[in-house]
Amino acid sequence: MPDPQPILQMKGITKEFPGVTALADVDFRLFPGEVHALMGENGAGKSTLIKVLTGVYQAEAGEAVLAGERVHFSSPLKAQQAGVSTVYQEVNLCPNLSVAENIFIGREPRLFGLINNYPEMRRRARELLARVELDIDVTAPLASYSLAIQQLIAIVRAVDISAKVVILDEPTSSLDTGEVAQLFRVMRRLKEDGVALLFVSHFLEQIYEISDRMTILRNGRLVGEWRTSELSRIELVSRMIGTELSVLEALEEQPKRELAALERQEPFLQAAQVGKTGLVAPFDLAIHRGEVVGLAGLLGSGRTEVARLIFGADRAESGTVTIDGTPLSVKTPRTAIGRNIAFCPENRKTEGLVEDLTVRENIILAMQAARGWLRPVPARRRDELVGKYIEALSIRPANPEALVRNLSGGNQQKVLLARWLITQPKLLILDEPTRGIDVGAKAEIQRLVVSLAEEGMSVLFISAELEEVLRLSHKVGVLRDRRLVAELANDESLTADRIMQTIASGEGGAA
Amino acid sequence: MITLTRHRLFWPVVVLVVLLLGNLLEKPDFFAIRIQDGHLYGSVIDILRFGAPLMLVALGMTLVIATGGIDLSVGSVVAIAGAVACLHISKQPDQNAIGGVLIAVVMALGAALLFGAFNGIMVSRIGIQPIIATLILMVAGRGIAQLIMDGQIITINSTPYKWIGAGWLFTLPAAVLIALAMIAVTALIMRRSALGLLLESVGGNAEASRLVGIQSRSLVLLVYAICGLCAGLAGLMISSNVSSADGNNAGLLIELDAILAVVIGGTALTGGRFSIGGTVIGALVIQTLSTTVYTLGVPPETTLIFKAVVVTIVCLLQSPAFRRKVFGRWGPRRTPPASGSAPSEPTNVKVPA
Ligand SMILES: Nc1ncnc2c1ncn2[C@@H]1O[C@H](COP(=O)(O)OP(=O)(O)OP(=O)(O)O)[C@@H](O)[C@H]1O
Ligand SMILES: [Mg+2]
Repeated sequence: MPDPQPILQMKGITKEFPGVTALADVDFRLFPGEVHALMGENGAGKSTLIKVLTGVYQAEAGEAVLAGERVHFSSPLKAQQAGVSTVYQEVNLCPNLSVAENIFIGREPRLFGLINNYPEMRRRARELLARVELDIDVTAPLASYSLAIQQLIAIVRAVDISAKVVILDEPTSSLDTGEVAQLFRVMRRLKEDGVALLFVSHFLEQIYEISDRMTILRNGRLVGEWRTSELSRIELVSRMIGTELSVLEALEEQPKRELAALERQEPFLQAAQVGKTGLVAPFDLAIHRGEVVGLAGLLGSGRTEVARLIFGADRAESGTVTIDGTPLSVKTPRTAIGRNIAFCPENRKTEGLVEDLTVRENIILAMQAARGWLRPVPARRRDELVGKYIEALSIRPANPEALVRNLSGGNQQKVLLARWLITQPKLLILDEPTRGIDVGAKAEIQRLVVSLAEEGMSVLFISAELEEVLRLSHKVGVLRDRRLVAELANDESLTADRIMQTIASGEGGAA
Repeated sequence: MITLTRHRLFWPVVVLVVLLLGNLLEKPDFFAIRIQDGHLYGSVIDILRFGAPLMLVALGMTLVIATGGIDLSVGSVVAIAGAVACLHISKQPDQNAIGGVLIAVVMALGAALLFGAFNGIMVSRIGIQPIIATLILMVAGRGIAQLIMDGQIITINSTPYKWIGAGWLFTLPAAVLIALAMIAVTALIMRRSALGLLLESVGGNAEASRLVGIQSRSLVLLVYAICGLCAGLAGLMISSNVSSADGNNAGLLIELDAILAVVIGGTALTGGRFSIGGTVIGALVIQTLSTTVYTLGVPPETTLIFKAVVVTIVCLLQSPAFRRKVFGRWGPRRTPPASGSAPSEPTNVKVPA
C-alpha cells in the first residue's frame, strides 16, 4: 500500500490552445514508490498534462503541490532542479553529441570548475549505463545508436538527474520486448527506492504489468483514478473511449490469412539478393498483389533497413528489384514512388513530418511531390482528399489548418499514413505504423491494412509487436543480426512463440 | 484584438508605423506628398524608392532562407550586374540608344542568374554548406566586378538606363514599380504553383522531403538562381541611379540588410515557413530606419548603433517568450496564488476502496 501522502498533487489544471481546450479542470496525484499510468486516447491531453507539470506550458488555471510545497515551474530546467524529470515521447537529446555528453549536458563534471572533465564524464556515463545493462561506446555520437538505445539513454539521464518524480511519456513505443523488460527492471528498482513514476503507454499489457494505479483522461477531462488491479481491461478501454465500443472485438484474433491463392500469381515486387554492407546481408523477398508481408525481428535486426533498401531510402550495393516483371534500378525514393511504392518511416519526427506545416500541407506533400511544383493539386480536389482522410482516419483536431507540430503523437502518425494513402500506392511499406497510437485507432489501422490488401494493395508491415504482425500478415519474414533468416507462411502452425524461437535460433524451422 | 496581435506581421507593422510616426515629430510634413511635373515627391515616396533594391535582394534572400540556406554573395552580384551593364553601355557609340541598353540589361541579368546558379550548384550538387559556398562568391565577386571594369569606376550617360533607378512611370518611381512587379510575380508563383509548399518542406525537414520524393536539388538550384536574378536587378537600379558602376562599393553590406529584413519579416533562419509580405515590411523597416536617422539628425557616427538598437527591439518583440516576460498581463492569464491553504484531498477523484 503506498504511503498515504502524495508526493505530487495537481488540482484544477486547465490548459487552452487556440481553438482547443487540451485540459479542463484536471486533478492528478502521484504517490512515492508507485508506477502511475496516465491513460487516454490520442489527443486526450496526457502529454499536455505532463508539459504543464514540467513547465513547458503554463496553465491557465490550477496548481501543483510537490512534496508539500506549492510549485510553479517556468521551464523544464526548473522542474528538473526540483526533482521532476521527463523523458518525452520523441527523444529530445542532441544527436551529434556523444552519449556521455548527452547524459551530462548542462551539468558536466568540471575540472577546477572550468573545463569539462571528459574522462570522469565517460566513466560515470558507463557506470550509469551499466545499471540498465547497456554496454555501449559512450564516446560515439548519440545518432549512431538506434532509437531504442537513445530512449534508454534519455531515461538514464532523467533518472540520474532527479530522485523524486520521473515521467516517462511513451518510452516503450520504440522498444522491443527485451528492451521493455530491461526498462521495467529499471523502473521497479526506482520504485523500490521510493521514486514516483508517471508512465504513459498505449500498450495495455505493459500497463497491467507495471502500473499500480492509473488516471484516465478523456477529451481533456478527468474520468477518474483507479487501482490497476481493480479495473479490468474492458472497463479501462470503455472509460478511455467513452462508450462500450466494439473495438475490443476487432482486437480478437482474425482468421489466418490465406496465402496459397496469392502466391500463384507473379509477384508485384521481387527483390533478389538486394543488400548493403553494414545494413543488411543480401536478401530475397517476393511481395504479391494483395499480400501483407510482415517483418519480425528484434530492434536493430535489420527490419527497417530491408524496407529502406526496397524503397531506395538507402541505396543498395547489390541485387535487383523487379516490379511487375520489369527490373527497376531503385536509386532514390523518387524512383520507387514513381513505381507506386510508398514508405511510412518509423521515426516520424525526423523522417516523416514537416512539423511547421499544416495538416493539409503534410497530407498533400507526397502527391504534390510526384506531380512536381508546376502542377499544383487543384485546391478543390486537395481539400476534398484531405477532408476525406481526416475523416477516415479520424485525425483530431479535424482541422486541416492545424500545425502538425501541435498534434498529439498518435494523430501525427495518422497524418503520415494519410499522406501516402492518398497517393494510392500499389505497395505500402509501413514501418511501425501503430506506434504511439491508442487502442481504438490501432484496431482501425489494422482493419485498414486488411481492407487495403483485400482491394489488391500489397503491404510490407513492420512492427515490434509480434501479435500484430501475426494478425495481419500472410507471411512473415524473420530477421536476425541484419540477415533475413526465414520466411514463414502464416498458417495455423505459426505462433508468436515459433517466431521467437526462429529469432533466437536463427534457423528457418519448418516452412 | 487577440487574433490581431497574434498575426505574425503584427509586430513588424507596429514597428514600421512607430518609426514613421517618429519622423512626424521632427518633420511635421513627413507624410506630405507633392505632385511636380506629374511625379509624386515626398519622404514616404523616397523610402519606397531607395528601398526598392533592398526589397528585391531581400525577396530572393527569403526564398533561399526558406530552404534553410543563406546567400552572402548578393552584394557582389549587385556589383557585377552594374559592372556588366555599364561596361556594355559605355562601349556604345550612342549611349542613349534603347537597343544597346536593353542588351546591357539582359547581359547583366543573365550574368546575375548564372552566378546565382553557380551558388545553387555548389550547395545542391556539391553539397557545400550555403554559408561557405556563397562566401566564395561574396569574396571573389567583387574581384570579378573589378576585372570586368579594369579596376576603374565606369561612368555613363544614358537616359534610358537612368530610367531604371531614377525614372518615373504613372507618377511613381519606376524602381518602385519594378520591385513591386517582381515581388507580386514571385509571390503569385509561390502560392499558385506548389513551389512555395515544396520549398517550405525542404527547409522544414530535408530528410522527410527526400523520402516523399521532392527533388530538392533542382529546387535549391532554382532558388539560388532566382536570388541571383533579384540581386542583379537590384544592381541595375543602384548603378542606374548614380549612372556609374563601382565594383568596390555598390551593394556593400546589402546582404546583411537583406537578411535582417527577412528575419524581421518573420521568416526563421532555420528555414521552413516564409513570408514574402513580411520581407517587404522588413525591408521597409530597414529603409525607414536609414531615413529616420537623417530626419532625426542622429549624428552619423551613431547611426549604426541606432539601427542596431531598433533591429534588436523588433527581434525581441517577435519572440513570444520575451513578450510574455515584459507584457505578462497581455499573455494568457494565470491564476494568482491562492491563500496558502494546505493541500487537501481532491474532491472529484474517484478512488475505489
Ligand atoms: N502547442 C499546441 N498548440 C495547439 N494545440 C495543441 C498543442 N499541444 C497540444 N495540442 C492539442 O491538445 C490536445 C491534447 O494533446 P496531447 O499531446 O496532450 O495528447 P496525448 O494525450 O498526449 O495524445 P497521444 O496519445 O497521441 O500522445 C490535442 O488535441 C492537441 O492537438
Ligand atoms: Mg502524447
